[in-house]
Amino acid sequence: MILQVQGVTKRFGGLQALTKVTFDLPEGQILGLIGPNGAGKTTLFNVIDGVYTPEEGRIIFLGEDVTGKKPYYLAHKGLARTHQIVRPLNELTVRENIMVGACFGHANADLGEAANIADEVMEFVGLSDKAELLAGSLNVAQKKRLEMARAVAARPKLLLLDEVLAGLNPSEIAKMVDTVLAIRDRGITIIMIEHVMSAIMNVSDRILVLDFGKLIAEGTPEEIAQNEKVIQAYLGDPKLAERLMQGD
Amino acid sequence: MEAILRSLIDGLLLGFVYGIAAMGLTLIWGVMNVINLSHGSLISLGMFSLYFLFTGLGVHPYVAIVITAVLGLLLGMIIYAVAVHRIINAPHLSTLLATYSVNMIILGIGTAILTTSPYNVPFDLGSIKFAASVVPTTRLIAAIVAMLVAGGLYLFLQYSRLGRYIRAVTDNRDAAEIVGIPSAQILALSFGLGTMLAAISGALIATFFPFTILAGGAYELKSFVIGVLGGLGNPVGSLFGGLILGVIEGLVPLAMPTTWTPVLEFVLFVLILLVRPTGLFGGSE
Amino acid sequence: MKSLRQHTSLWLSLGAIILIGAWPLVTGSALSRETMFTVLRSVALASSLNILLGYTGYVSFGHVVFFGLGGYVGFYLIAAQGWNLWPAMLMGGLAAGLLAYLVGAAILRLRGAYFALATIGINEAVRAFINNFEPFGGPTGMTLNFKLYKVYGGPGAALQLSFYIMIGLTLLVVLLSYWVRVSKFGLGLLAIREDEDAAEIMGVTAPSAKTWAFVLSAIIPGMIGTVFFFKNGTIEPGLAFPLHTSIEMIVMIMLGGQGTVFGPILGAAGYEALRDYLLVSPLFKNLQLAISGILLLLIVLFIPRGLVGWLRQRYAKVRRWLI
Repeated sequence: MILQVQGVTKRFGGLQALTKVTFDLPEGQILGLIGPNGAGKTTLFNVIDGVYTPEEGRIIFLGEDVTGKKPYYLAHKGLARTHQIVRPLNELTVRENIMVGACFGHANADLGEAANIADEVMEFVGLSDKAELLAGSLNVAQKKRLEMARAVAARPKLLLLDEVLAGLNPSEIAKMVDTVLAIRDRGITIIMIEHVMSAIMNVSDRILVLDFGKLIAEGTPEEIAQNEKVIQAYLGDPKLAERLMQGD
Repeated sequence: MEAILRSLIDGLLLGFVYGIAAMGLTLIWGVMNVINLSHGSLISLGMFSLYFLFTGLGVHPYVAIVITAVLGLLLGMIIYAVAVHRIINAPHLSTLLATYSVNMIILGIGTAILTTSPYNVPFDLGSIKFAASVVPTTRLIAAIVAMLVAGGLYLFLQYSRLGRYIRAVTDNRDAAEIVGIPSAQILALSFGLGTMLAAISGALIATFFPFTILAGGAYELKSFVIGVLGGLGNPVGSLFGGLILGVIEGLVPLAMPTTWTPVLEFVLFVLILLVRPTGLFGGSE
Repeated sequence: MKSLRQHTSLWLSLGAIILIGAWPLVTGSALSRETMFTVLRSVALASSLNILLGYTGYVSFGHVVFFGLGGYVGFYLIAAQGWNLWPAMLMGGLAAGLLAYLVGAAILRLRGAYFALATIGINEAVRAFINNFEPFGGPTGMTLNFKLYKVYGGPGAALQLSFYIMIGLTLLVVLLSYWVRVSKFGLGLLAIREDEDAAEIMGVTAPSAKTWAFVLSAIIPGMIGTVFFFKNGTIEPGLAFPLHTSIEMIVMIMLGGQGTVFGPILGAAGYEALRDYLLVSPLFKNLQLAISGILLLLIVLFIPRGLVGWLRQRYAKVRRWLI
């Protein structure tokens, strides 16, 4: 198991953001994480990568209990992520942004190696022609690719993708899905939060469903698509859900 | 024992005046997240406003304070429009430097005209016996005026429409704009009110202490300490912070040389920033 | 890969400092040496602060505390303990670095304006403390016995030596600033400046990186303090910890361009030239402070990136060689 989440509970004041969430993630899989807005998906990412410390439960990453460890500790150990709301380092160039990932993440590259990794990763995500632009000047789709590139440049073992498809048009989505699969083929385990159902159903090996901070279902995409509880909870409208599941 | 009581009363009376100076600073911080580094020079301007109204035009000092307050309000709104509005959403460095440049401009012109020699408002109401100690009447009145101003500000913020707007902008500027509150004007008004408080406190101090154009700087530093004691952005807390500082300044000289007071104050200041940046009375952010 | 463009900026910076430093040697005038001493001091202080402010994004409003403390420690060792200038200067730098390390570990947790306020508080606390600290002469400070200059060949030679040391320290600051800017460590600082939380998630160990940036930005100001007050002959709290000097450093950085190697050099030299002009002009002499204020306000409002920053933003080609 690359990651074990055991009974994780996280509260903000009176709000119960996560309640006893438990799951295991084997290496090499793509795990889809879905649920309505406010279900606690991003909070779960923040707990896994050390931004928040959970009130209860443990996070075990690569066999080590990393609960309460700092984000940079987890990054060094092999975790990388993207943000739902992109966070480019605006005044740095695209290349420099990616070099930050390579230098300080699990790759722990020196500047020379980092530049090479950056070149390779920019090629991989299709940002080569933007290398010397300031990150702040990119459009949203390019910024999403940049987030992805920074994370991949860290040479992580586990990658958390937070809505990398949101706000993209269909051809951009197709490109991004290919990129995600290619990352998996590099041997990187992935958890992805997504609202674009067709995509997540296609790429995920397994899917978790969160609702009001609780894990309500877990299974293969087919099992999840059949799960009455999920459909009810997720949309409150089985017909609409069905249509979405089929990717219309 | 009597010495302690006397120092305590001295400190408390002064504390009210410190409190409204700090209230001005912390109001501006609370509403727009700007630390106003021109605060000290505005306090100095308040002192000189009183001086010139009294010695030049013969206006009674307590009438002059009202005029000073109005002038302060207007000046603050002008400063906001010229120096702050354009960069209100920029990083902190910008507003810190912009308000500091206002400070430099005021002090530069002030020093050129007024030099840095001390001035004194020749105004004396004698002393009165007050709870086992004799205090100059001007200091007692200053404390009362400060209380009235603080109370008035509280009522204004709590119950008037503009006050509610100010609180709305403090809570969430974007949301306030969505519901149609003219945030630019409210920010200007808040900056004006903060400046007004600085000017009033300067005018009050001028009724009992001699001053120079640079004198406000020391009160600005005190305002920082008080603001942090009471919680930046919490005007009511500032009043209590002012009283605490006043008491410290009253009592410390009994135990050690007066010159140690600023050491204690600034160490306290840094410690509170570190441990409770929301102040002694503030909730969590 | 990008070594060429980076070196251009380094040579430009070192060249500028050598020019400033060589000018009095060419003219042979003591007055121009004094002027250039001040310019070099400003360049070095601004470039030091830039490591924290420009690269890391933490605004220290009380940076003069390191200059003052280093000055006091070095001066005390020379005047009261009979140390030679060189080791005293090292101790001045170490004292400043140590203070930065201890204070930094605590206050670098604060962000934005809270950090700026804390640095003002630290400066005032140290100043107030030294005001009461008898070994350092309390409020009256200390004076150097002029006989001490004999070791260095008399007062004239001591002044000359101070000037050479100042050139050396300034070159050292610029090399340090350049090294930080193009190193992996510096890349981490830039990431912190842009978005500290995102940087930590990418693996930048922000707490230690920030602390070391703070220490690096403090050491040389401490050494400069020792040299400055050695040359000055006296030291007192008002001279050692003036808040406005801290802010002048920031103004110089803003004028030239924060976060660049060449910006603070340009900004410091420009600021000093302007001040010189204002001070000798009969019209502006008394209004020097007000005019500096207006200038600062205009920069903040209209070119917040400074001259070098503005050029870099405007012209992609410039970005390639000017840092």
